[in-house]
Order: sequence, then structure tokens, then C-alpha cells
Amino acid sequence: MNFYRNLSIRQKQIAWAWAFLALPVVFYVVIRFYPTGNAMVISFQDWNLLGDRTWAGWANYEKLWNDPDFWKVFRNTFVYLILGTPISLVISFVVAYHLDKTRFMHGFIRMLYFLPFMTSAVAMAWVWRWFYQPVPIGLFNNFLADFGIPQINFLRSTTNALPSILAPAVWAGLGFQIIIFMAGLRAIPQSYYEAARIDGVSSWSVLFEITIPLLRPTIVFLVVFSSIGFLRIFDQVFNMTTNDPGGPLNSTKPLVLAIYQSAFTDFDMGYAAAQTVVLFLILLMVSLFQLYLLRDR
Amino acid sequence: MAVADDIRASSDTLFEAKRAKRQASMGQYIRWALLFVGGILMVMPIVYMISTSLKWPHEVYNVSLIPNEPHLENYTFVLEDGRFYGWFINSLIIAVITTISNVLFDSLVGYTLCKFRFPGRYIVFIAILSTLMIPTEMLVIPWYLMSQQFGWLDTYWGIMFPGLMTAFGTFLMKQFFETVPDDFIEAARIDGLNELQIWWTVAMPLVKPALAALAIFVFLGNWTAFIWPLIVTNSWDMYTLPVGLSTFADEADVQWELVMTGAAISTIPTLIVFLIFQRFIIRGVVMAGLKG
Repeated sequence: MNFYRNLSIRQKQIAWAWAFLALPVVFYVVIRFYPTGNAMVISFQDWNLLGDRTWAGWANYEKLWNDPDFWKVFRNTFVYLILGTPISLVISFVVAYHLDKTRFMHGFIRMLYFLPFMTSAVAMAWVWRWFYQPVPIGLFNNFLADFGIPQINFLRSTTNALPSILAPAVWAGLGFQIIIFMAGLRAIPQSYYEAARIDGVSSWSVLFEITIPLLRPTIVFLVVFSSIGFLRIFDQVFNMTTNDPGGPLNSTKPLVLAIYQSAFTDFDMGYAAAQTVVLFLILLMVSLFQLYLLRDR
Repeated sequence: MAVADDIRASSDTLFEAKRAKRQASMGQYIRWALLFVGGILMVMPIVYMISTSLKWPHEVYNVSLIPNEPHLENYTFVLEDGRFYGWFINSLIIAVITTISNVLFDSLVGYTLCKFRFPGRYIVFIAILSTLMIPTEMLVIPWYLMSQQFGWLDTYWGIMFPGLMTAFGTFLMKQFFETVPDDFIEAARIDGLNELQIWWTVAMPLVKPALAALAIFVFLGNWTAFIWPLIVTNSWDMYTLPVGLSTFADEADVQWELVMTGAAISTIPTLIVFLIFQRFIIRGVVMAGLKG
């Protein structure tokens, strides 16, 4: 204790700071940084979890490059992104824009839109899976039958399955995006709208010349946030295609599911790790793109 | 930041002018009606899930929303099976411990990085921030190997160790501690409190809303977490609710009323919590979304 007493105030501060940080620093090094490096090392190894680890050089990456299934998966992952992000952003912006101008039962309607965000993706994947079943089981096809419209093959068709799996993912995320958009809309100063009104600007011009440009930071944040979400889609796909994960014919398999299967079904750890490195690089590019768009001008 | 509580639109001024001319324009009614119908459609999957969980098997194929003879047999059947109790308890224990750990450690680290000046501060901050860029999916393989080596597979510790601290929470708390005036901390120091007491009794109470926002996010994230618990558990008594539901539903495949009951059991608790703390949770989500 004498030793502590002899320290200057500044030295005491340093001691306290490092005492507070000691455990967290160990955590981040052992649970975050070491595994990151480890994943990269494993991606250069050939290892089936039981046998020896042998160096494989770039073999795993060459295998990826030459694997038609991987390119299919790569394509699917970007289809989730390219369909999911614009659709969810446009819907949530339209809802937020109009909800922002609605007084009557505002809180109740907002709650209705937000409720799906509080659900678990696994539970909802099974609910939607039931909706998609053919007659006489599935809800959607029963409705179609009632109106005499031809049946739609949702989950068993290679073209319809991916959008069908995307729908619950978009649905569950809308509430969050609407809430963030409304916060962004409310942060726009009233004076801009007053000035526009005095100048007699049409409401379409107000939308495109004032509202959307001033929402830029919110839009960039939501684009990046939802893009990362769609690039990492897994829960919905895994649960809606349990009989043939990623099927039919790999038409719905995203990168994360491919990683899961390589690692924990085929036990090809090196190959799985190489795919995680690819995922990491894609997400890194998205994050850097966000920093580029939000840089100070 | 304070999110205004009163619901006043950004562009109200525009519409007040119009409203003055023709008080309740047709457009307003149509807008409201469309939003309302959209909102009802949004909750339909949840409503159908609950309604089907109350139906008898022969009624499941009926599209009607209200069961002919609502009953709770499905719930007693699913719960008598016993597994759901265990999964529920597992999920609850894991989500609660992880939430407590995040609230304590993320705020302690955020506070230290915000209020202390010491060599290495900038490096620690950048290092923690950079982990935001590392996707969980990249780490699951090394985590699995680590768990295998140390015997953490199929244990609570194994399920929760990756999430005990998050860079997101640390960054969020650091932002909020910026709003705590340094004078308060100096005053407490002069009064003879040690640094741990200052953090706990002076700084923490001032950022309660942020702590609540963080707690909501962490709890919900862990309650619904799927991929890591799926990998690290392999006996059904260690499953969490999502993993258990996934295997249960796969078994019960054709008995959709039982699948819906399982889904309802894992969804209803969070929905109830949301309905009770609605305003509070929405404010927390905005705070976490805009600051984090």
C-alpha cells in the first residue's frame, strides 16, 4: 500500500486505467484477435479435425476459385444483398415518411410495424415455411386457391425459393429501419420546410431536394447495416430448407451456410476457413465503403 | 441525445398550411388507411402463429384466423415433453449472464477510454473498434477448436464466452460517457472516492438510459442467437431455445400446430417485454442505432 501512496496522481490514474482494462484486453486478444489470426492460418492448412494439420499453401483458395458450387454460393449471397437492401430500404422509407405525418394512432401503428423486429428469426422462419407449403397445408396457396389463382411453388422451385426465404428476413428488419428513418426525419430542422413553403415549392421537390439529401447519413448507415445483415444471412435459410440445406440444388445457399457445411458437415476446416476469409474481405470492403461515404468533406 | 417524445413530424409546418385550407383532406384519410392496413399485414405472421397454436390438428389447414374451439392442448403437449422448459431456462440463463457481463465490462472499458488519459489509450481504442469489422462467422471455427481443446463444448460457458464483451457496446458507452461532465468526476475524486467508486456511484447512474439500451440489444441478440449455439452444443439438454426449436420443428415436421406452438413459446416472452416497455425500447433502439 505504501508503494501506491508514493505514486503521483497521474501515475495513479495510469495504474487504475490499466487495472480496469486488464481483463477486457485479455478477452479481446484471446477471443477476438487470436481467433482472427488463427482462421487465416487454418485457411492455408489442410485439416479434417481428426488427422494432422498439414500446410496446403494456396490450395484451399485455388479449390474455391475452381469450385462451381462456391461461385453459385457467392452469386446467391449477392442476390440476397442486391434484392434485400433496396427493397427493405424503399419500403421502410415510404412507411416512415408517411407515418411521420400521421397523428391518429401514431404510436399503435408504429408498434405494429416494429413488432416483427422483436421476434426470433428461427421461430419466424418456421412460421413462413408453413405459409409457403403447397395446398392443403400452406396459408398462401390456400388463399390463392380460394381466389382461383394457380398455385405457386415457393420453396421447392429453384427460382422462387431464394426470394421466398428473403421475404421473412426483409419483413423482420423493416421495423428497425422505419424507426431509424423516423428519427432521421425528425432531426431535419423545421426552418428548411418553412423556407420551402414560403417559396411555394411542391411537396415532391421538398422530398427530393430537402428531405432525401439531408437524410444522407441515415441512409448510408441503413444501407451498410442492412447490407451486412443480408451478406450474413443464415438462420432463415438453414431453417426453411432443413431437409436439404441451401436447396433446392444450392439455389438458396448463402456463404455462411456453405462455411457451416464445410466446417461442421464435411469437417474440411481449411476450406471452411478460406471461405470465412472471403466473407471477411467482402464485409471489410462494405465497411470501408461506408467510411468513404461518411468522410468529412 | 434526447429523442423528442412528442410526435411532431419534421414537415408538419407544410401540412399545417394545407390543413388550414381543407381541414381533413381525403389524402390524409387514405394515407392513414393504407398505413393501418400495412401495419396489420406486418403482424399477420405473428397473429397466425398464435392462432394456429390454439387450433386442433384438423383445423390447421383452414385459413380462418379465429380457431373454432380454441384450446391450450398444444401448449400442454409441447411443455409436457419437458425439453422446452430446459431450453427456455438455458436461453434465459445465457441471455441474462451475457447481458450483465456486457453492461458491466462494456461500460467500464468505455468509461476508462473516455475519462482516463494514459499511455496506450489510443491503441486500445482502435484495437477494440477494429474488432467491429471481424464477422462472427470467421471466428466460429477457431472458437470451436478452442472449446474442443478446453472442454467447453456443450457447456453454458462455451455458449456464452464469445459474447461476454462487445466492441459495439464499448463504443456506445464511450459515446455516452462523453456527456458526463469531468467536473463531477473531479469533485468525487476530491471527496476521496476511489476510481472504482467514482465509476459505479457517480458515472454509471448518469448513463442509465444508455445502459438500458445496451441491455435490450444484448439480451435480444443472445435470446435469438442461432449459429454459435448450434455449433457448440450437441446434446439436447444444452440447446438454447432457437436451436431446440429448430430440431423440434424438424422432427414435428408435418404437425404444424405443434411447430407453431414451439415458435410461439420462443417468441411470446420478447413480445410481452416489448409491449410493456414499448416507448422505452424504441427510444433505446434509436439511441443504439444512431450512436453505435
